[in-house]
Amino acid sequence: MMGWINTIVQGVLLGGLYAIFAAGLSLIFGVMRLVNIAHGDLIVLAAYVALLVTTALGLNPVLSIVVVAPVMALLGYGLQRVILNRTLGTDLLPPLLVTFGLSIIIQNGLLEIFTADSRKLDAGTIEIASIRLGEGLAIGILPLLQLVLAVALIAALQYVFYSTALGRAFRATSDDPEVAQLMGLDNAHVFALAMALSLAVVAVAGVLLAVRANFDPSLGPARLIFGFEAVIIGGLGSLWGTLAGGIILGVAQTVGAKIDPGWQLLAGHIAFLVVLAVRPEGLFPRVQG
Amino acid sequence: MSEGEAHPPPALRATSPASSRRLAFGETGEGKPTLLTVRGLEAFYGDFQALFGIDLEVGAGEVVAVIGANGAGKSTLLKSIAGLIANKRGAIEIAGEPIDKLPAHDIVARGIALVPEGRRLFPSLSVEENLVIGGQLGRPGPWTLKQVFALFPDLETRRAFKSTALSGGQQQMVAIGRALMSNPRLLLCDEISLGLAPIVVREIYARLPDIVAEGLSVVIVEQDIQQALRAAARAYCLQEGRVALTGKARDLTREAVSAAYFGQKSEIGSRKSDT
Repeated sequence: MMGWINTIVQGVLLGGLYAIFAAGLSLIFGVMRLVNIAHGDLIVLAAYVALLVTTALGLNPVLSIVVVAPVMALLGYGLQRVILNRTLGTDLLPPLLVTFGLSIIIQNGLLEIFTADSRKLDAGTIEIASIRLGEGLAIGILPLLQLVLAVALIAALQYVFYSTALGRAFRATSDDPEVAQLMGLDNAHVFALAMALSLAVVAVAGVLLAVRANFDPSLGPARLIFGFEAVIIGGLGSLWGTLAGGIILGVAQTVGAKIDPGWQLLAGHIAFLVVLAVRPEGLFPRVQG
Repeated sequence: MSEGEAHPPPALRATSPASSRRLAFGETGEGKPTLLTVRGLEAFYGDFQALFGIDLEVGAGEVVAVIGANGAGKSTLLKSIAGLIANKRGAIEIAGEPIDKLPAHDIVARGIALVPEGRRLFPSLSVEENLVIGGQLGRPGPWTLKQVFALFPDLETRRAFKSTALSGGQQQMVAIGRALMSNPRLLLCDEISLGLAPIVVREIYARLPDIVAEGLSVVIVEQDIQQALRAAARAYCLQEGRVALTGKARDLTREAVSAAYFGQKSEIGSRKSDT
């Protein structure tokens, strides 16, 4: 019995990581209907940026977020202004194709520079520290930090979206890009700010990924799938739904792995397909007023 | 809906005298200097040409009506001025400054606001947020959230509502308020009466004097000719992308308008702008 509780608790904690993978994806889709295929690879890129930063500055990986996040945000702003804004229009296909190409470029670029060797960031004793909650149940500090960060990030994004001028601009531009211009909003700038915010979240995801386990340039697409599934399970356009989606995915994976270690990924995908079949709009779709 | 109809909001004139708005045009001369000048405007949708050499002028503080049948190019004219149509030729100037090459978001900053056809409020924003985002550029002027609520008291009690939860007339008030929040020098109104009950249309038009009292110029595009001619000092009648008739609103006879509207030959209408 305790073993099952432990499994579910670990799944919830893992779900925090998936929610962070998903949050940036959800944000971009919500603002500009752009499905960013390169999202997973950008997470891996952020992990390598964190590797460089920690090596160069000797920072603790968790603290390196302070440097990695602005770097990634700046990259996101430039990427959107220079490339992705040109792909946006009534057709959904061009942004898909371009971000798919970007994904390949990032993977191969990382492979060229950093080789296929797997790396890991060493966060010190925090990695193995845990809180003992009872017989057979312990919570690792790092997974707990993941979940806390996920909740904090989602809450912060929720605040930005619904209580700030920036969020108002995001929602207005998402509703009606043409009329948003009549309010004096420059769509290109608004979209670039959204991508900057998305990649700042990606930076957190990348650092957590790098601290949690080994990473190499090929990991991106699978992170994209996890993020994508979390977004769909939670319901498009709902940030808290994305958190719930991440947690459901995490729990499904740990439960699957508990039944049979080979079933971890399969169980996650099955949970995703079940939600898609039963509630295609996701569990918490944004209410259309 | 009917509550605010009878008494115009006193706060409007008390806190912001119209003269303070007119100071901005001091350099262009006295009387009614020209605010907007359009010369030889041609506009295109892809290969399709919608406007063929439109000339139009709007004086400071003047209300001008643009009428015409469906597809005559009225909305295209307003969208071209507001910068939503980039594919165009000809000159557009506001207070002497050329704006025809500017993107829409820069044109708002120069004091031209468009109330788009069909209202097009932001559905995921509340009534208040729709108004606030209209003023997000922070252009100085008399229009604040408080003033818009004074103009349309119906909106104040519904400020937290989703914009989609309002009646059509109230939505139109939000659309007008949202445009006013940018403190424009020129307000372009596209088909305000579209889809609204006549009594609601009258109520909204009854607010026009309060808006003009703040010193701004207004261009009204309407299918409802009577309504437009009553509200405006001058009118332009478009026909298939050209100005078919123009003159003082009260001088335009039914016959002249209907001739210009439907494309019959007319000897009554002058084809020259009289400002």
